[in-house]
Amino acid sequence: MRPLAPLLVVLVALSGCKRSAGPQELIVFAAASLQTAFAELGLAFERAHPDVTVRFAFAGSQALRTQIEHAADGAVDVFASADWRTIDALEASGRVEAPMTFARNEPVVVVRRNAQPALPDFDALPRVERLVLAAPEVPIGAYARTILQRASRTRGESFGATVLARLVSNELDTRQVLAKVALGEADAGIVYRTDVRPTDAVAVLTIPADALVLASYPAAVVTRSDTPAQARAFVDWLRGADAQAILRRHGFLPPDEAAR
Amino acid sequence: MSLLTRLALGLAAFALVLLILAPLVGIVAGTDVASLMTALQHPLVWPALTLSLLTTATSLALILLFGTPLAWLLSQRSGPGWRALEALMHMPVVLPPAVAGLGLLLAFGRDGWLSGVLYPRGASLSLTTAAVVLAQTFVAAPFYLQAATEAFRQLDPRLTLVAQTLGASPARRFFSVVLPVSRSALVGGAALSWARALGEFGATLIFAGSLSGRTQTLALAIYAALEADVRVAQALSLVLVAVSLAVLVVVRLQPRATAGP
Repeated sequence: MRPLAPLLVVLVALSGCKRSAGPQELIVFAAASLQTAFAELGLAFERAHPDVTVRFAFAGSQALRTQIEHAADGAVDVFASADWRTIDALEASGRVEAPMTFARNEPVVVVRRNAQPALPDFDALPRVERLVLAAPEVPIGAYARTILQRASRTRGESFGATVLARLVSNELDTRQVLAKVALGEADAGIVYRTDVRPTDAVAVLTIPADALVLASYPAAVVTRSDTPAQARAFVDWLRGADAQAILRRHGFLPPDEAAR
Repeated sequence: MSLLTRLALGLAAFALVLLILAPLVGIVAGTDVASLMTALQHPLVWPALTLSLLTTATSLALILLFGTPLAWLLSQRSGPGWRALEALMHMPVVLPPAVAGLGLLLAFGRDGWLSGVLYPRGASLSLTTAAVVLAQTFVAAPFYLQAATEAFRQLDPRLTLVAQTLGASPARRFFSVVLPVSRSALVGGAALSWARALGEFGATLIFAGSLSGRTQTLALAIYAALEADVRVAQALSLVLVAVSLAVLVVVRLQPRATAGP
């Protein structure tokens, strides 16, 4: 039976039980589009709070929602979503406290470099051969479909229908949409402006104001967090000057106070 | 054996049995007939089911068609080059699915290194139903290949020799002697390959994408449903569990199955 003892220790350690000594661990589940900005935000928060270590899990907000619904107590402390729909569902079932918007983001069309002559602007989108979007459950997938719907109001009903008929894949988060376009597999996709790095082999088309919807990012403390004080500190800190400066540098827009 | 030893042995065995059976029980027990029927009418389900059947049948046909001659060659040659090739043919089994998907894109994708040879400019199999079949064939072929190679290797050479002295042509010898004698191992390997193709997820997601009716197979539909309606995901999982169990029974019922576990 003796060899079992170290095995049990390993299993318990792997189950994520936090140590009582040393820095507190803050587990933040964040939308895939926040990945780059939050990596830097995490370091800044740790500098301001030396007693806290921040760990992130990034994925499509809808996937994180499912994980939070099945997570053990204390496994997640903060959830930062790319839309209200996803976090509202968690608040309705009592899994997160009242969320607060900390940033907004602008959806854009990305076009693979070789396809750009055929797709010079948003209005040329019905000429796309292969389109990739995120699935409708994914925040950016829902925003993209709303944008196409709004665009159809002034450009004719066939605008959105023609574009959607060229859809070849429903991806699981915004980064995978960008990857499919950057790898050249799709001609165009809709992602956030903050996703695109200068090194990506894609061109960015701005979505006209009459079709555009901005993404809102709410964050909330997970109800069963085992470090609720630190979790609240992190959510509040996201709206403070330091975090906002970092988010602005990564291309995020300030929260719109008028619309929560 | 002392009582303590027997107890320890039993506990150890029970732990693994529990780990492997508990998820299956969870899927089967959590679904009642009524909710299964409702879930099966979800718009995701039938396109995924038919697509999975169509693509795995095609993949299996490709694996049998191209895998059988390759297995025969591998079983008859023994040079170091052939040994290395045989080892390389098993790479898909140990390769992480994401690596397989990316590799398929970088080879057969629109900007892949083979795209200039294979397609007219700008065209590609990636993100199409054909990509689903290629991904499944890639990950599933090694299972059949291994079973077939082993079966051909263990074949008594006197059998073909006798057939030869009786005047049978090489083709006749292969189809009338080699294949019937190796039948059970080949069926077992084919069943494993088919089951692996049916469960294929990671490489398909990257190389073929996920679009209902075109590239969204059962495994991908389960993942998509998980984020929309867990009951649908559970019902689809039940279908896959039932099918996988049937395959396992087929494999186990083969009298001399040389295929692995």
